[in-house]
Amino acid sequence: MATTADSFQAHTDDHAHNHADHKPGFFARWFMSTNHKDIGTLYLIFAIIAGIIGGAISGIMRMELAEPGIQYLQWWAEFMGGTPDFDTSLHMWNVFITAHGLIMVFFMVMPAMIGGFGNWFVPLMIGAPDMAFPRMNNVSFWLTVAGFVSLLFSLFVPGGTGPGAGVGWTVYAPLSTTGSQGPAVDFAIFSLHLAGAGSILGATNFITTIFNMRAPGMTLHKMPLFVWSVLVTAFLLLLALPVLAAAITMLITDRNFGTTFFDPAGGGDPVLYQHLFWFFGHPEVYIMILPGFGMISQIVSTFSRKPVFGYLGMAYAMVAIGVVGFVVWAHHMYTVGLDVNTKMYFTAATMVIAVPTGVKIFSWIATMWGGSIEFKSPMVWAIGMIFLFTVGGVTGVYLANGGIDDVVHDTYFVVAHFHYVLSMGAVFSLFAGFYYWFPKMSGRMHSELLSHLHFWGFFIGVNVIFFPQHFLGLQGMPRRYPDYADAYTYWNEISSLGYTIMALSMVLFFVNIVYAFVAGKKAADNPWGEGATTLEWSLSSPPPFHQFETLPVIEDHHTAHDHMSEAKPATA
Amino acid sequence: MKILGSLNGFHRIATSLAMAAMLAFGAQGVSAQEVAEATPSQQLETIDPAAAADVADPEAVAEGSGAYTPMKPTEGKGMPIPAGIDVQTQYSPIGHQANALHIGLVWVMALISLFVLALFVWVILKYNKRSNPVPSKTSHNTLIEVVWTVVPALILLGIAVPSIGLLSAQYKSPPKDAITVKAIGYQWYWGYAYPDNGDFEIVSNMLTKEEAEARGEPFQLAVDNRMVVPAGVPIRFQTTAADVIHSFAVPSLWFKLDAIPGRLNEKLLMIEEPGVYYGQCSELCGARHGYMPIAVEALPMDQYNAWVLAQGGTIAGADEAGIEADPAAVPLQDPESAAPGAPGAGAAPVDPTV
Repeated sequence: MATTADSFQAHTDDHAHNHADHKPGFFARWFMSTNHKDIGTLYLIFAIIAGIIGGAISGIMRMELAEPGIQYLQWWAEFMGGTPDFDTSLHMWNVFITAHGLIMVFFMVMPAMIGGFGNWFVPLMIGAPDMAFPRMNNVSFWLTVAGFVSLLFSLFVPGGTGPGAGVGWTVYAPLSTTGSQGPAVDFAIFSLHLAGAGSILGATNFITTIFNMRAPGMTLHKMPLFVWSVLVTAFLLLLALPVLAAAITMLITDRNFGTTFFDPAGGGDPVLYQHLFWFFGHPEVYIMILPGFGMISQIVSTFSRKPVFGYLGMAYAMVAIGVVGFVVWAHHMYTVGLDVNTKMYFTAATMVIAVPTGVKIFSWIATMWGGSIEFKSPMVWAIGMIFLFTVGGVTGVYLANGGIDDVVHDTYFVVAHFHYVLSMGAVFSLFAGFYYWFPKMSGRMHSELLSHLHFWGFFIGVNVIFFPQHFLGLQGMPRRYPDYADAYTYWNEISSLGYTIMALSMVLFFVNIVYAFVAGKKAADNPWGEGATTLEWSLSSPPPFHQFETLPVIEDHHTAHDHMSEAKPATA
Repeated sequence: MKILGSLNGFHRIATSLAMAAMLAFGAQGVSAQEVAEATPSQQLETIDPAAAADVADPEAVAEGSGAYTPMKPTEGKGMPIPAGIDVQTQYSPIGHQANALHIGLVWVMALISLFVLALFVWVILKYNKRSNPVPSKTSHNTLIEVVWTVVPALILLGIAVPSIGLLSAQYKSPPKDAITVKAIGYQWYWGYAYPDNGDFEIVSNMLTKEEAEARGEPFQLAVDNRMVVPAGVPIRFQTTAADVIHSFAVPSLWFKLDAIPGRLNEKLLMIEEPGVYYGQCSELCGARHGYMPIAVEALPMDQYNAWVLAQGGTIAGADEAGIEADPAAVPLQDPESAAPGAPGAGAAPVDPTV
C-alpha cells in the first residue's frame, strides 16, 4: 500500500532528483508529519524535554529531603501562585510527586521507548517503508503533546489545598474526588485521557504494521527481538489503557456529575478504583520495560558479535511476562484488606513473573558467553542495565510476598525497588538505545569518551540515590513524605548527594549531543561492525527520507540460525 | 544473636527449597500445607486465653492501678534508629515469624545478585575482544535453558512455602473475647475508639517539636494522646476512615492496614511486651500526610484497665464487682489534646512545626 503511494508520488514529482530523499518544507515536515522517522525524532525530542522537567522535579524533591524539616516548599508554593503558608507548601510536595510520576511514566519513558525508538526502528527492522497508518501516527504524537500541556496546565490552577493536583500518580479516590477541590485534578485526569488515547492509537498502528508490513521472508520468528518487544508492548497498551480510561472517566463523573462509583456514601467503593487502576497499572510497568528488553537484546548481540542466545525463549519470555502481567495487579494493594486467599493467589502469581524474567537475564549473559565483546558505549549501558535490573528484580520477589509487604508497603523500599527497575532498568536501556542508534538517526558519531563518563557518573549517581532508600524503607520511612523523623536523616543526606552526581553526569549527555552535531565524525552505514545484523544497518546513516521502496527480501541463511538471516542489499 | 538469626532464616528457606525440590520430583506426603504448619507460626497458640479474660477481671484494676502517666519511650525500641539498615526490632509474634522470612529473603536476594555479578565479571574478563577475538556461534542449548527455567522456579517455590505460611498466620482471627480497638483516620490525625470499653474515642495529634523534646520523644512520631492497648493479649484491631484513605502502620509490629472510608478492616494485633511503638500514616491522604503519626502504648492489663476507667470508659464485669473509677485519683488523658493549640476531632489543623 505504502509502496504504491510512494510510486504514485514519484510520478508527480518531477523536481526531485532522488524522490526517496525529497523532504517537505519545515512546517509540513515537523507539524504535519507522516514519516515514521520524523515522528520518532519528535517523540525523542519531546521525551527529552519531559525528562528534563521530570528530572528537575526530582531534584527539587531530593533537595527538600536532604535534611529534616520543610526548607524550600514555601518558596515553591509562592512561585506556583499559591500562598506560602504551611498547608499550601505541603500540598506543593504532593504536586511534585504527582507530576514527577506522571511525567516520567507517560511523557518520558513511554514516548521515548515506543514513540521514539519504536517508530524509528520497527519499520526499519521489518523492512517496511513506513508505519501502517502514517497520519494516525501523527495524531498519536500530538495527542501526547496535548496531554502534556494539560498536565502542565494543571500545575497552575487550584487543586484544593493549593495549586496543582496533589493526589499521587495513582490518583486514588476519594482523595482525588471529594478530597481535592478545584480544576487541577480534572486537568491532570484529562491529560491521562489524551496521552492514553495517543498510546492506544499508537498501539493499533504498531500491531497492524508488524502483522502486515513485514518484508518478504521476515516471518514472525525471524523478527528482531526489539520488534517482538514492541509487539507485546502494543498488545499490553491496547488491553490495559481502556481500563485506565474507564477508571479515570468514573473519577471525572464522581467529581463533576454526582456519580458515586468510588464514594461509599452512595454505595460505591474506593477500593474498586484501586483494582481498576492497577489492572492497568501493573501491565503499565511492563509497557515501560519490555521495549527496553528488546533494545538490550539487540545491543548485547551486536557487541558480543554473536546471535542472541535462545531467541525463541527470549521472544516467548516477553509474551509470558505480558500475559502474567495482567493477573498480578492486586500485589499493589496488599494492605487494603484483601482476604487471605486473594493475597495468597497474588503472592504466588507475582512470583511466577520472576521465571521468564530470569530466562531473559540468563539468556543475555549466555549471549555474551563465548562472544567477542567490545565495550562500546551502548554495551556498557546494556551491561549496567542488566545488573541493576537484576537487583530491582530480586527486591521485586521480596515485595511479592504479601506477608512481608506489611512492613515495607508504601515505604521507601518500594521507591527503591521501582526506581531500580525503571530509573535503572528502563532509563539505562533508553540511554543504551540512544547511543546505539544515535549514529544511525543523526548520521554523526557521538563521543565514546563522554558517553562512558556519562555512564559512570549516572551509574554511581543512581546507586547512591536509590540503594540507601532500601534501608530507609526497611526502617519504616513512608513514601510521599516531605519531612521525616531525625533517625532517617543519614541515608536521606546520602541519597540527595547521589542526585548531584547523577545530575552532573546528565550534563555530559547534553554536551555529547552538541559535540556530535558540531564536531562529530560522520557515521558509517554500520558503525558497529559485523555484530549489527538487523536491517537498519543496511541503510545509510541517516536513512533516506523514504526507505525500502523496493522491499528487501529476507533469505534464510542455512549455515547460521534463523535470527541471523541476512537481507539482500536494500534499494533505497 | 544477629548472625544466628540470619543463619536461621537462611536455613528455613534452604529447608523449604529442599522440600520444594522433593515436591517437584514427586516425593509423596509433603504438602505445602504441612510445611506451612511446621513453621513457627504457632506462636499465636501460645497466647493464654486466660490472659485475654483479664479484661473482665476487675480485681486487677482495683489493686494498685494508680494514675496513668504516659510511658517514657525506650530509645531504639519501637522507633527507627539513626542510619539503620534493617527492619526495626520486632515486638509481635507475626513480626518474629516475618522477620525470619525477611532474613532468608535478604540472603536469597544477595546471593542471586552476587551470582549474576560474578557471571558478568567472568564474561567481561574472559570474552572481551582481546581475550577472545573469534566469537562462538552457539545460540541454543536446550539443557541449560531448561535448567535456568526450572531452578528459579524451585527457588520461588522454596520462598512461597514459608511465605504462604506467614500469610495464613497473619489472618488468624482474634478470640471472641478479645478487646476491640478501632483506629479512625481523619485529615490529618487519628482517632482511637474503644467499643468494648464504653465506646469512648481518643483523638491523637502530632506533638510540636518543642513539646516532643520536652517529653523526650522523637519529633514527628510523638503524639499527644497515644493509642493505649493491653500488652500480651490478642486485640481485635479495626481501621476505617472518615474522609480519604489513610493507612495505619507500625513497623516494629510488622503491621499495616489501610483505613478506608466505608470499609471496616480487621486484623489481629498482638504486642508481646509493654512499650511505646511508633508508626506513621502510610497512604497519601493530602497535605499533612506526613504529619499524622501513630503512637501505640502497650500496657499490662491492669494498667490498661486503669487507663480505660480514667478515660471515662467501662470495663466489662466491673459493675457487678462494684468497682468504679475514682476520678480524683486517676487524671484524665486529655480528651482533646495535651498539646497547646492542637485541634480536637473536626477542628481545623494547625501548623505543628511552629
